[in-house]
Amino acid sequence: MLIQLVNLSKVYDIGAVRVEALRGINLSIERNEYVAIMGPSGSGKSTLMNVLGCLDTPTSGEYLLNNNRVSEMDDDQLAEIRNREIGFVFQTFNLLPRANALHNVELPLIYNGTPTQQRRQLAKEALEKVGLEDRMHHKPNELSGGQRQRVAIARALVNKPSIILADEPTGNLDSKTGDEIMEIFEALHEQGNTIILVTHEEYIAEHSDRIIRLRDGSIERDESMSR
Amino acid sequence: MPRFLIYAAEGVKIAYEALRAYKLRSILTTLGIVIGVTTVITIVSLIQGLNRAFTSEISSLGTDTLYIGKWPWMMDGDDWLKFRNRPNVTIKEANEVRSASQLAQAVAPVMRTQRIIKYQGKSLERVAVVGTTEDYLLTANATPEEGRFLIPSDVDQNRAVVVIGSEVADKLFEKEDPIGKRVSIAGRKFRVIGILEKRGTMFDNNLDILAIMPIGAFQSVFGATRRRIEIQVKVVNPAMVEEAEYELTGIMRRVRGLPAIKENNFAINKQSMFLDMYNKLTRVLWAVAIGVGAISLLVGGIGIMNIMLVSVTERTREIGIRKAIGARKTDILWQFLIESMMICGLGVVIGIGLAVGLAKLVAATTPLPAAITLWVVFLGLAFVVGIGVFFGIYPASKAAKLNPIEALRYE
Repeated sequence: MLIQLVNLSKVYDIGAVRVEALRGINLSIERNEYVAIMGPSGSGKSTLMNVLGCLDTPTSGEYLLNNNRVSEMDDDQLAEIRNREIGFVFQTFNLLPRANALHNVELPLIYNGTPTQQRRQLAKEALEKVGLEDRMHHKPNELSGGQRQRVAIARALVNKPSIILADEPTGNLDSKTGDEIMEIFEALHEQGNTIILVTHEEYIAEHSDRIIRLRDGSIERDESMSR
Repeated sequence: MPRFLIYAAEGVKIAYEALRAYKLRSILTTLGIVIGVTTVITIVSLIQGLNRAFTSEISSLGTDTLYIGKWPWMMDGDDWLKFRNRPNVTIKEANEVRSASQLAQAVAPVMRTQRIIKYQGKSLERVAVVGTTEDYLLTANATPEEGRFLIPSDVDQNRAVVVIGSEVADKLFEKEDPIGKRVSIAGRKFRVIGILEKRGTMFDNNLDILAIMPIGAFQSVFGATRRRIEIQVKVVNPAMVEEAEYELTGIMRRVRGLPAIKENNFAINKQSMFLDMYNKLTRVLWAVAIGVGAISLLVGGIGIMNIMLVSVTERTREIGIRKAIGARKTDILWQFLIESMMICGLGVVIGIGLAVGLAKLVAATTPLPAAITLWVVFLGLAFVVGIGVFFGIYPASKAAKLNPIEALRYE
């Protein structure tokens, strides 16, 4: 089992108000699954995504990622898990504006201490995988939206993480470019990667094998798609 | 390559890109540091240049010579009356010192005046005329280059002879050999017996415009009374100057019959008095250097802290991204520390450049010498990198503590 959530809750104490963002989530995800998480805003999908991405820790319950007990880790351990196990793809790309494509992709490797030569090589390979070998030395503002998102995907891939976690990856793209990005995810899935996609677009979610629908912090429906 | 070096290299690269992206802002930020570094290095190099110049100025006063006189060389204005009423030092006292002192190698009574020297229609004004004995050769380092110095028989018989300074020889004689010629001083004729080596200047006085004659001859020309006499004493060994001063004080008190309750009514002067005064003066310069340096470095440091806080806020999202892909707190901390150290370093480099330029300018346009020494430069560098860390640590730890989720959401 790659991911296992057991009775996981997240409560925010904002002054006097208690917000229960997640209430007793139980969820298992196997290696090489392609999962979409859906739900209206306020349903808890962002919180779930942050917990799955080890950006946040649950208030109670267990989170086991690749046999690591994430729910009890400190900041530095979480940073290491994010670095090794998780590749993020964001709606707004989140590339470093002053660094070129190659440097952006190298970034996760810098933080695990990969030597320069090897780092450059791995980053180039990742960029080739998303078809950007001829744009390596361009800065984000010299790239189109689709190209930026492909740089972000290359960055997510470069450390060979257990999960690729994509948060509305096509939200800022036109539908044609969005389709291209979804094709890349499909290809990555076929190559054996585990993909978790957060979206509110039904037609995007349909690319996945399994749709988990959240409402008010609980799982409302968990259905596998037949292709 | 160790992991830390990988992060550090990334930190330097990112800092460099950030500095380049905001060139004007970075340079303005360094201004305080630049002013501090420039001031300190310029003043220190001026002081060191002055030190060298001053040491060479007073080198004609031997470190191993004591000067007994009525007046101390250094005094406060109020003491003037007290010293005025002291008895003059006499030749008799000089002779007593000479026979009693064990630590004196040479003892010369010295009288001085300024006169015109003439030779065959040519004349030289304001010549320092010195009346003394053969011991002056040792006490004043008055080595003859040609001819000879005074000998005891010149002094005993009050012969009308002079030893002249090199400039007197050049000005009055041009191509003639001065030895044996007769020059006239105050209407009397004196035979030139020797020419001194060139001695240079002290505090802008040309030490080579000089004529030395036997003290008896001096007194018979210029009068014996009411003239100030100084006793120059060369000590046998430079290490014994303090003992000699003690001994001379004892001899003078005994000769003058001073009871124990009375204080000295003479002064024993020495070269180190100039050094003490000089050090007192340069202490003020040091204080100015340290004061201005400290204030501008403080202001500069606060400027750096301010700009780093701005930079952290501007780059909140960048910090979020880095944290999301695995940067630990310490990685972010170092990244911003390296950046503030680099801003400081930039300030130091500009400051050193300006200081070198200023020192050259001062040396070229004024008589003040200036010397930049390497240790000042390194000290400045280390100090300011320290400032970079001190004022950078707060913004950097603020950056390191950012919550990645909020940082990523930051617009």
